[in-house]
Amino acid sequence: MSLYGKKYNFLKYKKSFMAVSLIFFVLSILLFYIKGLNLGIDFKGGTVIEMKFDQPNNSDDIRKSLLKIDLGDVKVKEFGSNKEFLATIEQKGKNNDFVNSIKIQLEKDLNKKIDFRRIEVVGSKVSKELTMDGIYSVIIALTLMLVYIWFRFEWQFSLGSIIALVHDVIITIGVFSLIGYEFNLSIVAAILTIVGYSMNDTVIIYDRIREFLRKDDKQDIIELINDSINSTLSRTLKTSGTTLLALISIYFFGGEILKGFSFALIWGIIIGTYSSIFIASPILIYFNVKRNWEEVIDNTP
Amino acid sequence: MLYFSRFKVFSILLVFIIGFYFFIPNVLPLSNNTLFSNKKINLGLDLQGGSYLLLEIDSKPLVEQKLQSKSLELRRELREKNITYTTFRSEKDSLLFNFKVEQKNNLEQLLNDETINPIISSAAREFSAIYQNDTVTISFTADLLSLIKKNALEQSIEIVRNRIDELGTKEPNIITRGLDRILVELPGLKDPGEIKKLLGKTAKLNFRFLSNSNIDSSLGVDVLNSPKKDIQYNVDKRIIVSGENLIDAQPGFDQLTNSSVVNFKLDNLGARKFAMASKDNIGRNLAIVLDNEVISAPVIRDAIITGNGQISGNFTAQEANELAILLRSGALPAPLSIIEERSVGPDLGKESVQNGIFSLIIGFLLVVIYMFYNYRIFGLFSNISLLFNLMLIVSTLSILGSTLTLPGIAGIILTVGLAVDSNVLIYERIKEELKIEKNNLIAFDTAYKKVLTTILDSNITTLIAAIVLYFMGSGPVKGFAITLAIGIISTFFTTYVFGRFLVSIYIKKNKEALVRI
Repeated sequence: MSLYGKKYNFLKYKKSFMAVSLIFFVLSILLFYIKGLNLGIDFKGGTVIEMKFDQPNNSDDIRKSLLKIDLGDVKVKEFGSNKEFLATIEQKGKNNDFVNSIKIQLEKDLNKKIDFRRIEVVGSKVSKELTMDGIYSVIIALTLMLVYIWFRFEWQFSLGSIIALVHDVIITIGVFSLIGYEFNLSIVAAILTIVGYSMNDTVIIYDRIREFLRKDDKQDIIELINDSINSTLSRTLKTSGTTLLALISIYFFGGEILKGFSFALIWGIIIGTYSSIFIASPILIYFNVKRNWEEVIDNTP
Repeated sequence: MLYFSRFKVFSILLVFIIGFYFFIPNVLPLSNNTLFSNKKINLGLDLQGGSYLLLEIDSKPLVEQKLQSKSLELRRELREKNITYTTFRSEKDSLLFNFKVEQKNNLEQLLNDETINPIISSAAREFSAIYQNDTVTISFTADLLSLIKKNALEQSIEIVRNRIDELGTKEPNIITRGLDRILVELPGLKDPGEIKKLLGKTAKLNFRFLSNSNIDSSLGVDVLNSPKKDIQYNVDKRIIVSGENLIDAQPGFDQLTNSSVVNFKLDNLGARKFAMASKDNIGRNLAIVLDNEVISAPVIRDAIITGNGQISGNFTAQEANELAILLRSGALPAPLSIIEERSVGPDLGKESVQNGIFSLIIGFLLVVIYMFYNYRIFGLFSNISLLFNLMLIVSTLSILGSTLTLPGIAGIILTVGLAVDSNVLIYERIKEELKIEKNNLIAFDTAYKKVLTTILDSNITTLIAAIVLYFMGSGPVKGFAITLAIGIISTFFTTYVFGRFLVSIYIKKNKEALVRI
């Protein structure tokens, strides 16, 4: 019935876990308002150039040279080695071939051969559209899942899982604000995947709770939920384990471009697993779940 | 649950064969093979290198132009119909003027005339007129404005296509987006710089005379700059011949001046106009004007009757070539600006593919070892299903002709991690059932039955996320959504159907034995 025959009391400290989560939740919101996110050009507009030199270089010289072209603030960081750099320029040039003049400027100032390996330019109009698309997609996905869970379970379960999801999303945003990783389109994709994954985790425990509810309508609800968490614990940890193994492989070997994306997913798996055990399940206690289930829904296909 | 009819076994075999058939061309370099399909996964621009450009047409100048020509036409008509007007002016996309109140009827009639105010669709005219005391405000309808945009978009996309074709890129994808945007995808392009330069110019060419105070310049004079010299020219507004009459332009070399030139050829109409104008104006300077800049202003020494001419302007060979391309492909109706660009060099793309495949192999191996360690023989079954799963994902992507992007590869790796979830769910359930039920067949059967809703419920939520991402996301993110969605579906088949098939063969052979998971 449980992991290696042991049974853990997950609900013993349920209030402490909820309090800690609430604190992180509030801190994340505060961080978001005070420090904000390090928005990528997808949402802010501007220019990103990944460049490779034929000799080692340092980022300060590149920055000084780029500041001369007068397109706002410039950030330059090493990207994999001391020959490769990623430059983020605040604005985009008015001319269609302004990137070319950037290259000429750099070659003149640094006197080295440069290869522009990746160029991304996003105008302010497009960045606004992408921002709205991003917000809409998260809202639509959350709503559709809410409806699905409502349809498959009772409303209490639906509410519980959405609270856990919002918890995951907000704290993930807080973490991105705290460590200052770039927040771009692929991070939104990662967040949506986290939402899907965390929901998946929650649904599996809920499924078990529902099964136990049908089997026995006398058992104490706290004990019942704890039993459900315990009996699915082995699965929860093993699946999180394999998924983390796959993601860690992307984080370390997938190249610089996928770093932020895989980081978001790794973080999401951890918090998604945590929230389904310590938030989504115990919260049902406070929602007065229906006890007298009748076996109307047949489990067999 | 453990019984598989012949039909089911045959279906599984069929899926395997089809999957294999479409998978093989992706891993083996089979050229001219007749045995397997030639369909391969399309690599996205971020993996094969290339450029994604989103262009927006600035239709403002077109609206202004239309407003100007309308104002000329209106004033002429007003004069002809003897309608008195005063203080004719334009304000923010509309024309205003004052009239005599007793002439209002005549004015209304004129402004309602179909030749002055044409019908452009069943419900709309070109402009609307609002009368207020003795002032009338004429403004273009929304329908006209969108018609102007639509026409400009149609013309522009042709010219963009011409210009890109001139550079000889392979399989460009050029489509319209919305009312005023053009999406250009250029796979395999090494340096997008040249194309961006070509797309930045409208390339409106015309020939006019430099103004000469002795001769009447009835239409007025423009003061224009020269791109290379620090001189300003006074140029007649009257256009002799414009770029529309050009039928060919080729780069050339003038040995006398030792510089590159562009040779052009005019059509019959253009040649006739050119001949007449040049015959009467020998000795005057002819300004060659491109996008309101004077490229050069040579003196006409002879009547030019052949329709052939040469443009010289201290060009480098590359500049001459570019100008020739621009002239051949025609002028854009309005300026285009690049509002979004994503370009990846081919070697970065190759590196991404290598990184992606390497991390896929590592991730796969880690998961395979983990599963085998945890579930032994059943872990092996799950690993075989996982291999089958990967093959199905690759072949489905090939069949659908969808594009594999770098986040798409990440999606496949994520599927590898998530795919075993169904197996873990099943095996953990079997463990539980074996504790209560001693009969292997019954225990396995019950476990598979019970776990089905859980598997469906949990996968559908992730599928919802993938579908939303597909419809809302762009480019690379779409690629992630596709592989994630395909992964979820093929995972269901490979673990719940194929995996169950493997397990059922094993368990039927070990009905009585003590099975340990």
